[in-house]
Amino acid sequence: MWKWIQAFASPKNFYQISAKIIPWFLYPFIGLTIVGLYWALIISPADYQQGDSVRIMYVHVPAAWMSLLIYIVMAVASAIGLIWQIKLADIVAKVSAPIGAAFTFLALVTGAVWGKPMWGTWWVWDARLTSELILLFLYLAYISLNNAFDNPKTASKASAVLAIVGLVNIPIIYYSVEWWNSLHQGSSISVNKVSMQIDMFISLMLISFAFKFLYGALLLMRARDEVLIREQNSGWVKTLITKGDK
Amino acid sequence: MTKRQNRMVLVALLVAGAILAITLLLQALGSNTNYFYSPTEVAEGKAPVGKSFRLGGLVANGSVIREDMTVNFEVTDNKETFKIKYTGILPDLFREGQGIITTGSLVNGTFIATEVLAKHDENYMPPEVADALEKAEK
Repeated sequence: MWKWIQAFASPKNFYQISAKIIPWFLYPFIGLTIVGLYWALIISPADYQQGDSVRIMYVHVPAAWMSLLIYIVMAVASAIGLIWQIKLADIVAKVSAPIGAAFTFLALVTGAVWGKPMWGTWWVWDARLTSELILLFLYLAYISLNNAFDNPKTASKASAVLAIVGLVNIPIIYYSVEWWNSLHQGSSISVNKVSMQIDMFISLMLISFAFKFLYGALLLMRARDEVLIREQNSGWVKTLITKGDK
Repeated sequence: MTKRQNRMVLVALLVAGAILAITLLLQALGSNTNYFYSPTEVAEGKAPVGKSFRLGGLVANGSVIREDMTVNFEVTDNKETFKIKYTGILPDLFREGQGIITTGSLVNGTFIATEVLAKHDENYMPPEVADALEKAEK
């Protein structure tokens, strides 16, 4: 098992294997997006209070979930990179950050667009909105810190510490609507209760899985680029450039 | 300890330290992280006096009276009720029985609001289902 992980985590093997895995993320993403959008925009009904504005939720909620998930991946990869010094883990953490920041931004913007007509305001400083904004700042801080060093090893070490400390914000975002009074509503989906109509729930799940496959594909694509940059002086990259993929 | 175990302890300490710091911080902030006060809390004197604060609750059924741009209504948590006076545009979700959060201050027992925000709950359903639920309740 350990040997197998080490073999996969070697930059050269990762570069070759990942090329074969990417389509397994990319095509499900495209399929799920098409079906998901059809379900969200055509099949699923308008809400009894919000009307068609409810459809913003099908982007907002999956994007917000991704913002949390990607941060957890980033922090765990950072910890693995820090403890076991696996280069690939450092790369996963580094290339995940901009993707996570983009999903966080999407969640914040779609939330504001929904908030204006429904709540009557673009933004309030309640616990949920504020902690999600802090998450965006954590991502941006991670990206800046990682880019502040010339040596990728030092950069990964410094930014890994930031990512791990920032992990404490994740449960705060998740439970903010339960721990404090907030303008933001509580979660509609928990293990034992789904307080939404079934077609709404299906739309939400389809888009949510589409986003997860998108992240998988983007993560692998960006990690491949990063591997090439870091290994540019090694023999196998030189052979790759001069002789092509064969 | 090997170097790797050392680093493991370091990461564990980092996480523990962050959790401790944030827990203490949130404890210190206390109720300041609450976005609004309920009518009961205001009646108990927990809300600031003479200053602007936020009041959250349900719009009492049959209490909404409109005169031009001014709306008078009552906000309740089924224990305590406050009269609200507000001039301005109300959000789409504002209606009787709806949860709202309003900013303003108490003047002679009436809450003079400068802003009214509608709160949405976690229930999403099509209009037909909402109608059926309402009928079932009656």
